[in-house]
Amino acid sequence: MTADVLTPTGACADPRAVAAEEPADLARVVRARRRPTRRVRLVIATLAVAAVAAVLVRVLLGDYVVALTDLLPILRGEALPDAPGASFIVMEAKVPRALLGLLAGLAFGAAGAMFQTTLRNPLASPDIIGISVGASAAAVIALTFLDAQGLWLPAAALVGAVAVGLLMHAVGRGTTLAGQRMVLVGIGVAALLSSVIQFVMTRTSIQDAQAALVWLTGSLARATWPVIGMLSVAVLVLAPLLAVCARWMRLAELGDDLSATLGAPAGRARLGLVVAVALAAVATSATGPIAFVAFLAGPIARRLCGGRPSLWAAALIGAVVVVLSDFAGDYLIPDVNLPVGVVTGALGAPLMLAVVVTAGRAGKA
Amino acid sequence: MTSTTFAPTPVDGTALRARDLTLSYDGRRVVEHLDLDVPAGRITVVVGPNGCGKSTLLRGLARLLRPTEGSVHLASDGAHDDVWSLRPKGFARHVALLPQSPPVPEGITVVDLVGRGRHPHRKLVRRWSRADDEAVTRAMRATGTIELAERPVDELSGGQRQRVWIALTLAQETDVVLLDEPTTYLDLAHQVDVLDLLRDLNRSRGTTVVMVLHDLNLAARYADHVVALRDGRLVGSGAPADLVDEEFVAQVFGLRSRVITDPVTGSPLVVPTSTHHQSGATS
Repeated sequence: MTADVLTPTGACADPRAVAAEEPADLARVVRARRRPTRRVRLVIATLAVAAVAAVLVRVLLGDYVVALTDLLPILRGEALPDAPGASFIVMEAKVPRALLGLLAGLAFGAAGAMFQTTLRNPLASPDIIGISVGASAAAVIALTFLDAQGLWLPAAALVGAVAVGLLMHAVGRGTTLAGQRMVLVGIGVAALLSSVIQFVMTRTSIQDAQAALVWLTGSLARATWPVIGMLSVAVLVLAPLLAVCARWMRLAELGDDLSATLGAPAGRARLGLVVAVALAAVATSATGPIAFVAFLAGPIARRLCGGRPSLWAAALIGAVVVVLSDFAGDYLIPDVNLPVGVVTGALGAPLMLAVVVTAGRAGKA
Repeated sequence: MTSTTFAPTPVDGTALRARDLTLSYDGRRVVEHLDLDVPAGRITVVVGPNGCGKSTLLRGLARLLRPTEGSVHLASDGAHDDVWSLRPKGFARHVALLPQSPPVPEGITVVDLVGRGRHPHRKLVRRWSRADDEAVTRAMRATGTIELAERPVDELSGGQRQRVWIALTLAQETDVVLLDEPTTYLDLAHQVDVLDLLRDLNRSRGTTVVMVLHDLNLAARYADHVVALRDGRLVGSGAPADLVDEEFVAQVFGLRSRVITDPVTGSPLVVPTSTHHQSGATS
């Protein structure tokens, strides 16, 4: 190990001549650069196929099985003579749930990975640092005290999540320890808002409490086309922005000083956080907080990609997990419909332990 | 652009010039009214007791900390630009800084990390180019890290890792390189190894090197120009042989010592005579 450190370094006589002189070294550098990229591309392609497969499973299977050959005519709006109810069930129940799960999963996965990488802290995911709780609290308050209904509820949730995001941004601004401060403040805010929710729940009627519960455990039950439309517009607008920010994220990983000396304008990395907050906020306003998805999608993606974080892999993992968990929640236990948040919560805890344990081992390698 | 970056800077010029420079954190002045000329194409070492503002000065020179008073000017192409008048990427093509222990991104390979140094040379839309690959190869050859290309950085030893970080700043292809204690956490053999590497780069490429070093003897051995700070003020500057004597060590570090001639290099060698600091010492 020390041998190659101590090799003499007289090889830098004329730097311009180096490339021509040693094509083997250039080839090695190019090969080494491409290898991880190839793996990441393969993982993303596989996950994309898995996400499509998960959506198909959700749409076709279950209590009411639809043949793949019937799906296209139904989507085109043609009536099926031998199954008159099929169109309604597919278009009003199955497809919306699958799509909402897909979109929310993408948003949660990408937002979580963005937070964790930019703040260089695995705890920094929107469900841990108060963004999701902000959405829940706002929705529950609007429901109980303002009698909000329909699309006003997601709107209130959006306001709550964005408010927490702004607070964290204000706290982190202009300090060298922005990352740590934001995470700590977020955890504190999350605790505070949880107790607000508890308090509101004790003041409310049974009916309202029942409705409020949906905002405490994420659920795809309110999958309606207006909600899906809102979420898909948000994802379509924010995802390209996130792609631009991902470039700065690669610098932000090097720490504030080094990224600044490489020419990243100050505070640019936190712009990525703003986009991530918006994504998480919109997704939470549509489905409520879906436990562990944002928190775990990033680490799982990193494991699959050979140690490097990938936003797109994380987003696709989020989508696969949410869609399949919703499916499992509906049919795993006969006659019981578990909200998707309960399933991901139950899956998430052991998975988190597994991630932590294997990460410890990998760190020793 | 690459052809100009590698043209050796004239040895008699000034690469960076600070005038009346005052730097503060949260209203607390750390560096006060400092005038400094960094000679181009030379190795300048900043020394001084803990907390004297060495690293802060480096951050001020690297455009990381905006001066509360005074200015820092970059001498490039004959013009003297205030560093804060340049665009971040433009400045980053002239001056590179290696912070003391930057975080290693998780799972990153050596070649990927070194490639991050190419950022100032890349356009938002342009893809990775052959010129980028060549710059990375040059930087890795110069630092002897080609053999590590595919390895994850977090598996490397301290000495190897420091070479990789230096390769990153070299891939930036700047004419000035600032390093904040590049030898921290390294044993003596690797300290000498890293400093030899930096001197080779300085001698072969004409790169202006400015570094903060803790060890006064290593500073005297490798520096062409020593800058001594105490309590945020300039105490002295000049060639080590002219500057470093018993009075200087007492004044800067509050340490009683004998200064003899290094039998290997002929540079001044400080031998402490007392483990007790004189009154007024701040270390």
